[in-house]
Amino acid sequence: MAIIEAQEITKVYRLGDIDLNALNGVSLRIEKGEFVAVMGPSGSGKSTFMNILGCLDKPTNGNYFLENIDIGDLNRDELAAIRNKKIGFIFQGFNLLPRTSAIENVELPMLYDGISLKERRQRAMASLKSVGLEGREDHHPNQLSDGQQQRVAIARALVNDAPIILADEPTGNLDSKTSADIMELFVKLNTKSKITIILVTHETDIAAYSKRIIKFLDGRIISDEQKKRL
Amino acid sequence: MINIPSTFRIAFRALKVNKMRSALTMLGIIIGVGAVIAMLAVGTGASKKIADQISSMGSNLIMILPGATTAGGVRMGAGTQPTLTMGDAEAIQKECLAVSDVAPVLSGVAQVVFGHQNWSTGVVGTTQSMLIVRNWQLAAGKSFTEQDVKSATKVCLLGQSVVDNLFGDMNPVGQFIRIKNVPFIVIGILTPKGQSAQGQDQDDTILIPVTTAQKKLFGTSFPGMVRTIMVKAKSTEDLAPAEKQITELLKQRHHIGPKQDNDFTVRNLTQIMQTAEQSTKVMTILLGAIASVSLLVGGIGIMNIMLVSVTERTREIGIRMAIGAKIWDIRLQFIIEALTLSLIGGVAGIIFGISGSELISTLAGWTTIISPLSILLAFGFSGMVGIFFGFYPAYKASLLDPIDALRYE
Repeated sequence: MAIIEAQEITKVYRLGDIDLNALNGVSLRIEKGEFVAVMGPSGSGKSTFMNILGCLDKPTNGNYFLENIDIGDLNRDELAAIRNKKIGFIFQGFNLLPRTSAIENVELPMLYDGISLKERRQRAMASLKSVGLEGREDHHPNQLSDGQQQRVAIARALVNDAPIILADEPTGNLDSKTSADIMELFVKLNTKSKITIILVTHETDIAAYSKRIIKFLDGRIISDEQKKRL
Repeated sequence: MINIPSTFRIAFRALKVNKMRSALTMLGIIIGVGAVIAMLAVGTGASKKIADQISSMGSNLIMILPGATTAGGVRMGAGTQPTLTMGDAEAIQKECLAVSDVAPVLSGVAQVVFGHQNWSTGVVGTTQSMLIVRNWQLAAGKSFTEQDVKSATKVCLLGQSVVDNLFGDMNPVGQFIRIKNVPFIVIGILTPKGQSAQGQDQDDTILIPVTTAQKKLFGTSFPGMVRTIMVKAKSTEDLAPAEKQITELLKQRHHIGPKQDNDFTVRNLTQIMQTAEQSTKVMTILLGAIASVSLLVGGIGIMNIMLVSVTERTREIGIRMAIGAKIWDIRLQFIIEALTLSLIGGVAGIIFGISGSELISTLAGWTTIISPLSILLAFGFSGMVGIFFGFYPAYKASLLDPIDALRYE
């Protein structure tokens, strides 16, 4: 059973009188435990595709199954619940809440899952520990380095035990040393915790950490290659 | 569903970030709630004062005044012609079914002496019924009786002000005082009533049997003449019938034809006071309503600032949506934030309103009464304002597209 199955997905944006085809029939299967890098120039449709994979958007046509659930059938709140339980988001700009401590940022997904304060604290603490941020739980984002902020975001993505992590250029704002650290963390999560990771990047050396590279151009997949990791 | 205590914490933190802005927004609610409480306190105080005056006057009270004299075509006004008699009073008591008690009054001002002290006061000749009609109790001693009235004994009941002026701390019961040089024995003291609606000291008075007043103090132009007659109706509903019955009876007794003017006037005092009470109540509602407008304006201030806040925090809303906030999670967050603003403003407004009405009563000398109901009302109203005016910004926030919101700079 594929964890992600996209069938002939199209996405059309209306801009005034012009229809803009962001995706022209994309089909894709991703199995549980894969580590996929999505590449392509800007405007190639990879961001649109990631938004659909992340249940932030719905396809115009075609079907998208996430763990055999047809996303097209779900309403706004049901999509929110899927994002909450199944998907951990990691963004280029970290997207942490400002003026909010690291631990409270990590607690946020559990807040929307109706988990008690005590359990939230416990699990957020454990999650921060797993990304190597023990002792930083009361720091606010502006008191943390970029790399540490991205680790907080990863802890937040992990805390609800989501089977999928969607990372949109997670190293785009980081220097090469920190980038390598973060990528090593992803590799560890993928091999040890069997988390499915889908990563958007346009740097080949970042893509090299993955096991499969999918390239987008003009709203289509132009190449999809499995590779053996060195 | 999101849990409420955590949401309150989030709201509190968000408000703390913009302290100045939150404080100014609250100010609208503070002034609104404060104004409602203070205005209701002023209105309630005025109503209470009038209600007190009604009850001190005696309930269901009707007053009969003698008619006007006509001297060379000039009518002299009510009370200038002595036309009422003890017989009238007795007839009213006997024949008017809606009447419960009747007290004839023959009064005048007289110098009163006790020991070295003297005092000028109103001396009221009446019957024992006066105490029932005016709803007057005795603080000490006993009242005079029907027998005292029949035999015109020289006994008297003193008002508290007279006691204070003549006796000081001494117990006056059993003492002799001289009214217009006539010796009277003090047999009782009346409980204090305070000021009347016209501002008169109701306790500056002496009650004596009406017959004694007629025969020993104030010479009358014909026997049995009285100045006024005070009547108590059986109930509030009986006031109008009593008025009618008295008028009919007196017309008959005074031989007044259908075309002639009455030689007496019947005044329904209770009705007059009740009208005054009614108008104060209307005034209270009016004051409260005007003050509520400022609360409403405060609410608009909250909505304004919440709309700004939603725009500023678009990205935050996007993040929350991406990690699983549902429509009502976002709505509740902003509604609770507005509610927090208005409730904190409400509490501060209550303090402001209470001290404001204290200030009014000190500076203007008005009676102000802060009822718990008005506090509850103002507080509840401010909460409702918060929810009402918080809803639209919250609704707007909840409908943002998560992708656009995440991209918002």
